[in-house]
Amino acid sequence: MSDARTEIFSSIRRALGVTSTEAPRRAIVEDRLERAPKGIVPARGQGDPAARKEIFKTQALRAQTSLAEVASLDAVPAEVATYLRDNNLAARVRGGADPRLASMSWTETDFILEQAKEGSDLTSISIAFGGVAETGTLAFVAGKDNPTHLNFLPDHHIAVLQASDIVSDYERLLRKLRMVYGKGLMPRVLNFITGPSRSADIAHTLLLGAHGPRRLHIIIVNDV
Amino acid sequence: MSITPTSAQFKTNAHHALGDADLQSALAHVPTGFVANRASAIANLPEFDALRDSARDIKNHTLAHLDLYLEAYEEKVKAAGGHVHFARTSDEANAIVLEICKAHDAHIVTKGKSMISEEMGLNDVLAAHAITPVETDLGEYIIQLRHETPSHIIAPAAHLTKAQVEGDFRRAHVDLDRARNLEEPETLLAEARTILRQNFLKADVGITGANFLIAETGTSIIVTNEGNGDLTQTLPKVHIVLASIEKLVPTLEDAAQILRVLARSATGQDMSVYTTLSTGPRRADDPDGPEHYHVIILDNGRSSMLAGPFKDMLRCIRCGACMNHCPVYQAVGGHAYGWVYPGPMGAVLTPALIGLDQSADLPNASSFCGKCEEVCPVRIPLPKLMRLWRDRAFERHLMPWTQRAALGFWAFFARHPRLYRGATSMAIGMLGLFGRGKDNLNALPFLKAWTKSRDFPVPQGGTFQAQWAKRNAGPQIKAPKS
Repeated sequence: MSDARTEIFSSIRRALGVTSTEAPRRAIVEDRLERAPKGIVPARGQGDPAARKEIFKTQALRAQTSLAEVASLDAVPAEVATYLRDNNLAARVRGGADPRLASMSWTETDFILEQAKEGSDLTSISIAFGGVAETGTLAFVAGKDNPTHLNFLPDHHIAVLQASDIVSDYERLLRKLRMVYGKGLMPRVLNFITGPSRSADIAHTLLLGAHGPRRLHIIIVNDV
Repeated sequence: MSITPTSAQFKTNAHHALGDADLQSALAHVPTGFVANRASAIANLPEFDALRDSARDIKNHTLAHLDLYLEAYEEKVKAAGGHVHFARTSDEANAIVLEICKAHDAHIVTKGKSMISEEMGLNDVLAAHAITPVETDLGEYIIQLRHETPSHIIAPAAHLTKAQVEGDFRRAHVDLDRARNLEEPETLLAEARTILRQNFLKADVGITGANFLIAETGTSIIVTNEGNGDLTQTLPKVHIVLASIEKLVPTLEDAAQILRVLARSATGQDMSVYTTLSTGPRRADDPDGPEHYHVIILDNGRSSMLAGPFKDMLRCIRCGACMNHCPVYQAVGGHAYGWVYPGPMGAVLTPALIGLDQSADLPNASSFCGKCEEVCPVRIPLPKLMRLWRDRAFERHLMPWTQRAALGFWAFFARHPRLYRGATSMAIGMLGLFGRGKDNLNALPFLKAWTKSRDFPVPQGGTFQAQWAKRNAGPQIKAPKS
């Protein structure tokens, strides 16, 4: 379909009254792609680490998540067991190959290492790449450590967030992303998740758990 | 092939809509839901107006350099192992989808919500080639069962009541117990979830739209609340993204700016539940994700819009705020507009995409209250653009002769002030006499069709000009001494 491509580009250039060769236009575009200037950043996510955590919690609760805090990564399995018991769920979670999950001692709960999609389990656990205080949003990156489908298939999604990974705003999260993946490069998938799945498509009534998880439970690990 | 527009019959469509009791009861939720939620989200973000300016500027900048950003985007997608296809028309885009589906021997295709797919009429094309399209957004799923088009760009089933959805589920899900209780919306949701879950796991190809394409990284973004778009693009072995040329933004930072106004304007959430950035197919250490990643970029008349005053319309980010706040949309719903895009944005975009001769009434479907422009997150001057279409419809003789004659009649009087004053004060006098003792007239001679669904206020006193003259002649109101 190279014809279509050529014609669309000519049509755009004709409409804009440009050719593809103007050096200043190219320079403007290259500069913007290189610098990626940030625009307006809302004040509400800003603050020291303790303040950011509080803002994150407030915003996440507004998006109908549930929250717990633990002192260290070692304390995560106990909190998971409590959540499962409180919600009458089987003592079983599915998670990826994240070494932090592997190093935890799963005595009360079966930890099943997810290797391929199955979609039959009720509860999954994954570790967030970061949290954005501004909107109480979690960020997850795809890969074997925390497979993407675990964020969507189960009924209950337990997300582990290290307090040191909570940033004030999206721009800071993007900066961290570029440090890990390189400028202009991305993980295959970056999921921003703000609360559990929902729909208001039946008679404008808001219901939780449309296709994704009915519940999103965030465990904040106080590592700062 | 695409859906046959009925935009030319807007008046008939609107007339039916006003008499449709189910539709009216469903539409009653629009002001209490969308409008109120948006207002409260915006009250919580002091920077909202500055962000709107920023979003507008980013879109304008991108459109002015669209050729170069498209080239940069294409390079990045290829570098990530994906494919980019360009399509001039819906037919070309449909052919590309079919080719990909056939290459992978696809039988079931799951779909996330995509307005471009509606524009292409893709579902009918797939079905004609023995490929089953399954809409997975709950609203889209419901209207697919009803063989309808969306009546709202973010809430496709906004025109339906709970009882209608229940009826559709009973008709469609015949394998389930007939005596089951579907009283509660929760039960309906659970039923749809179970049925669609099976399709997510069976599908060979997943098709989604895109809210943004990012030139910096070759990334496509979808924004959803249900999670259906993510299951659609994560589970099958092929992911096809459908997008139009104006979805481009330069960088991740630019997308972040616009995301801050998108959900707030749409549903009144600070962020939608799922904002997903996808770049290329599955990688070496990925346990999931599609093996093949295709992006189809559709023009369908947009590139030529870049030249004229309708370029502003290409900033649209499809939030739906203009229709949510529109008194005409609130009264007649989306289907009356007769094609894919309803409300004020549809009244401006539809004539550009399918031709003014097919849709000359749409720019008239406005009270010109200006609310649409007031709420638009990218500041599109929608009333101005509707007025431009009206001018063109007049120039091209696309309006009925009665309307032209009435305008000519009015123009004659307007150019003869003395006659105008005489005629208006006579008309006012007669109306006053006719409606003595009443506040409103609900029937007027020769105007039965107009008064059938409207009241006309009984004039109080003389014409504006007469009252003005009287006021200036009378005692002047003096400012109180302090």
